[in-house]
Parts: sequence; C-alpha cells; structure tokens
Amino acid sequence: MTQMTEQAHAADTRSWWSRNQMRAAPWLFLAPGIAFFAVYVILPIFQSFHISFYRWDGLGEATPVGLDNYRQLFEDRAFYVSLRNNVKWLLLYLLAIPAGLAIALFLNQQIKGMRLYKSLFFFPFVISQVVVGLVFVWFYNPAIGLWNPLIGLFGFAPMNVLGNPNTVTYGIIAAGLWPQIAYCMILYLTGLNAVDPEQVEAARLDGAKGWKMLWYVILPQLRPATFIAVVVTVIGALRSFDMVSVMTRGGPFGSSRVLAYYMFEVSLSEYGFRMGYGAAIAVILFLIMLVYIAFFLWRMWRDERAA
Amino acid sequence: MRFTLKGAAAMLALTTALAGPASAELTGNLRIFFNDQNPAPRAAMEGMVERFQAMHPDLNIELTLIDREANKTQIRNYLTANAPDVNGWYAGNRMRPYVSAGLFEDVSDLWEGPMGEELASTLPALTLDGKQWGVPYSYYQWGIYYREDIYNELGLTAATTWDEEKANCQVILDSGRKCYAIGSRHPWTTGGWFDYLNLRTNGYDFHMELTAGEVAWTDDRVRETFAKWRELLDMGAFIDNPTAYDWQEALPFVVNGEATAYLMGNFVVAPLREAGMTDDTLGFYPFPEITPGIARAEDAPTDTLHIPAQAQNKDNARAFLLYVASAENQSIVNEVLGQLPINSNAEVSDDKFIRAGFEMLSTAPGGIAQFFDRDTDAEMASAGMEGFQEFMMFPDNLDDILNRLEAVRQRVNSR
Repeated sequence: MTQMTEQAHAADTRSWWSRNQMRAAPWLFLAPGIAFFAVYVILPIFQSFHISFYRWDGLGEATPVGLDNYRQLFEDRAFYVSLRNNVKWLLLYLLAIPAGLAIALFLNQQIKGMRLYKSLFFFPFVISQVVVGLVFVWFYNPAIGLWNPLIGLFGFAPMNVLGNPNTVTYGIIAAGLWPQIAYCMILYLTGLNAVDPEQVEAARLDGAKGWKMLWYVILPQLRPATFIAVVVTVIGALRSFDMVSVMTRGGPFGSSRVLAYYMFEVSLSEYGFRMGYGAAIAVILFLIMLVYIAFFLWRMWRDERAA
Repeated sequence: MRFTLKGAAAMLALTTALAGPASAELTGNLRIFFNDQNPAPRAAMEGMVERFQAMHPDLNIELTLIDREANKTQIRNYLTANAPDVNGWYAGNRMRPYVSAGLFEDVSDLWEGPMGEELASTLPALTLDGKQWGVPYSYYQWGIYYREDIYNELGLTAATTWDEEKANCQVILDSGRKCYAIGSRHPWTTGGWFDYLNLRTNGYDFHMELTAGEVAWTDDRVRETFAKWRELLDMGAFIDNPTAYDWQEALPFVVNGEATAYLMGNFVVAPLREAGMTDDTLGFYPFPEITPGIARAEDAPTDTLHIPAQAQNKDNARAFLLYVASAENQSIVNEVLGQLPINSNAEVSDDKFIRAGFEMLSTAPGGIAQFFDRDTDAEMASAGMEGFQEFMMFPDNLDDILNRLEAVRQRVNSR
C-alpha cells in the first residue's frame, strides 16, 4: 500500500498547482469574499466587544471602564423603549408574510393585463426606503396629509401619528410594511409558479377546495418561499434603521427609536460622542440577532441532513 | 494688552495680508472645507475665496462645500484623516470635543493682534481653556418675528414685558389664531424657547452656569423658567402638533396667518420673504422682559472657521483667516449672507431685520449666548432638547424630565 502511494507520488511529476487545482480553486474564488467578510464583518464584531468596555468619544483617548456601559444600559429607560420597539417591529413586520401571500394568491390569475397589475403591486419595493419614508411623512402630516381626511371619512378624530409617542412606532411600521408586503408577494408569486398543477388537480378530484386546498395542498408546496419570506422579513425588522431615521429621527423624545437607531444616535449622530456606550448597544443587538441566526443555521443544517 | 513677539508677528501678518497683492504673495496650496451648500452661504464663501485668490494669484485654493448637516458628522473623519487647511464649524462648547482631542489648531496668536480688538465681542465664544480656536465670520440674532399686519388689525403693539406678551397672545387666541408657530420634529427649535425663557427669568450668568453644567436641573430657578413656559402652554399659545413639523414646515402657519409669531433665528426671514412676506407684513421684536431688572441677554449663534491641527498649510490658512476677519471682507460677506458682521469696523447691511438685530445685539447689556446646543455639552444638549420637546407635549412630566436631565448632567460632569 505504502509502496503504491510512493510510486504514485514518484510518478506524479506534475506541478503542485496542477495536482491541487481542483481543491484549491474554490478557495481561491472564495478568498476575496472571505478576506473582505473577515475585515469588514467579523473583525468589527470583536472590535465592538472591545470598545464596549471603554469610555471613548471617538476622537481622543479611550478610558477603560469595565462593565460600566452595560450597567448604565440596563438602567437606561431609552434602551428599554428601543428594545420594546424592536419587538413591536419584529412581530408586526411578520404581517407582511400573510398579506404578501394573500395578494400573491389574488394576482395569480390568467387575466389580460395581469403583468401590469403585478408590477404595480411590486412597485413599492422598487422605490428606495428613504422615498417611502418621506411619502409617509407627508401622508401623516396633520396639516397637509391625506391620512386625517381619510380617517375623517369614517368619523375618526384627526391624529398626529408621527408626533404622538403612542402611535409613532406603528406609523413607521406601517410605512415599512408597504414595500415589505410587495417583497413577500413576489416571493410567493414565483413560488406559486412552481406549484404542481397535477397535485392541485388530484386534490380537486378528492373534493378539496377553499381553505383546505390552500392549507393542505398549496401551502406545503410553498414552504421554501415561506422560509425565505420569514428570513428576509425578520432581518428587515431588525435593521429597521433607515425608516426611523428618515421619518422621525427616533422622536418624539426618543419614543420611536429602535436599538440600531439608538446605537447610531449615542455614538455617531450630531450630538453622539459615546462610542463605548454605542458599542455596548451593538453587542446586545448582536446577541439578540445571534439567537435568530443560530436558529436559522440549525434549521438549514437539519433540512440538509434530511435531504 | 501685553505686547508680545507673537502679537507683533500677527500684526505684521495682518498688515501684509491687507496690503494686497503687491507684497507677500502666498504660494502653495490652501484646502478649505466649508459647511454650507445653501445659495447665500455658498455665494458668500465663493466670494471670499475669489477675493483672496485675486490677492494671491499663485496660491492654489481648493474649496469643498459640504452639506451643513452632513458636516456635523463628517468633521470627525476629516479632522483625523486627510485634514483640510481651513474648516467651518461653530463657536462655544460645540468646539469642545475637537479642542480636547487636540484636533483644532490654537490660533490665539491671531487674536493677539489688532484682529482681536476688532472681533472682541465674540472673544469669549471662541475661547476654551484660555486659548482661541477659530475665527468668526458672521453671526445672527434670534428673536420674535411676527405678523405686523395682523397685530395692527387687532390693535396690538409688540410686547416689551411678559404680561403684555400674554395679554397680546390672549387677544390673538380670541381672534381664532395661534400665537406662536413652532416645528419641533427636530427638537432643536425648542432650545430657542428654553434659552430665552431662562435668560429672561434668571439672567445670563445663571443660564451660562446651567449650560456649563454647574447648576442642578432640579434647581428651583429652572422650575421657574418652566413655569413661565407652562403659562403659554396652558393658554394654548402654540400651534397644535408641533412635533409633526420641522421648522420649515411650520412656516406656512405664519404665512397663512394661522399663527402670528415665530421665535427663530434671522435665517427665517429669507424663506418668509420668498413666501410673499414683506417688510410691511413682517416685523421683529426682541423677546420681552420677564423678571424686571434683569440685564437683557440675547442668543446670537456665531459661525466660525478653524484650522485643523493636522492641516498641511497652516501659514496660508492663518493668512486666510486674517482676511476673513477683516472689516472689508466681513462687510461684503454679511451683505451676501443677510447676517451680521462681527468686525466692529465692518458695515452693516441696510436690511430692516439686520438693522434691528444689530441694534438689539449691540445694546444687549446682559451678554450674548450662542444657542442651547452650542453652549452645552453635546450629550446634555441632545437630552435637554428632547426633554423640552416632551415638556411641550406633556407639561405634567416635568419632574420626571428634570430628574432625567439632572442624571445626564451628573454623568457628563463625572467624566
């Protein structure tokens, strides 16, 4: 045996490159991506952990303060407000999935001009989040916006949606849902294209229709689409920074902040010079996301093993 | 003033700089980062650079205009890496983080020359730790801009005391209008109200002690200020839902006559004129007296230029700042800006509001404050204005707000 390999070795006079090409090639292709991911994603995570143990204004000397930033964080009311808003985002944002599914089912028909309707429904996802935010700011504006006349039709009193601490987060989430529903819709529309017509036919012969058809025949076939929709929606909810920034800058008096925005505000905004504190918030946000990412990876691993 | 070698050098630099292109022409580079892209400031800065270029044809000047808001965060990057030779910023405590970090050049040598005397009025605002860190080119007053035509229609005259102010307001409210427009979506606008109420209730010295973090926010004098504010809130003097608007979005209330006055900086005049207001319909008066006998002090934020510590061409930058400070330049620049020159020898523009502001500021015996967010520490400023915004919406939360602000003050002081 050993002799044979030795012989094989001796016989193999090709260069190292040609011998290992097959094994090296994927790594070479991956190298730029890995390098950038390591420098710009992995490394900053550890840096954040490190900075969170310091008091630092981002300009001068950093003073080590141990766990002070975290101790402060757990006494900080603004932190809990942000955390609670993050939870609201996470839960309400998931409404995009059933809503997207409903619209997709509705649009999945063979009618003349359907492509136009589909693209109209998809439109909000195409325009930038910043523009969506601005449009909704005007929509809610109590002086010139359409929102108050609209609810006036149903006899409701005028509201100051974005100026009221009790309604502001819901107002922003509604704005965020608009493009997110469109995104989920497009995922389901492609999923519906892949639904096997023979199975639907067979189910119909067995007398399934309506909700039963949807629940037992269509939805199981849409599982991959649902999985992706959940993933992108949860991630979208956790990084809901841009909407908050554009629509309210976390106001009024911080009641619409989410963790990502609070982190930005204390460390990088106009009046923010507390890098250590910001880093501590980043660490907490990272740990929260880690739970979700771990679940996600575990499911992927389980599914792959089952396959 | 002590005559020093440095002073002599600065004076020499000044005379040569003003002597024009014939002598001491500068060579090399001069990179300027200016922090405003709006039409008037842009024109003012470009004019400044053009004239300086004419004096020094061999100097290679490179001007970069940065958006005013973007500059507030970008400054940290450009001061620490690839610094320009001159950059725009603000006076007062707003300079503190960059001074403490050693990122601004000490320009006390310029102030020791005759320039120091001509700009003396802003010396305190540019001084931190006993040294000067920049040169001002313009400032503007804050005060009450009001609908003169509506006041006339209702038979009112601009108030000089708090009781008159409230009486006027009652008449205005009874006529179906609101007294004050304010847009507090971005809470800095509430800082103007706090500044004036506190300056008038407790005076300049107390206000400066408070903004410097030397007095507790739970102090009874602070509560008195908020009590005055509450009087207006209880009357319903302000427009509804101020948190829904930014300061520009609140302008239509004034233009349409739904609100009769606006406490603002002089930059409010340009958009109001664009919207059709004229010198006949728009008036100006200083914030009225509250506690009788307290010396009148005013808010007048100063816009400044600085030399980053890491600048490559500091000599050219110093020569430029001396030119910026000169009476000739400040007259031209502030005519373009529609603001007030700081140089005491400069000419004041013939505009109604600039004249009024000049009159008001040059006779203010109490002192000149910068503005809430320029006088306080950055963290305190942000927490404070957020608290004011909340107070305007929920005046009953005052105790809670003040306790919170006091906690921030103590944390800031413990640094």
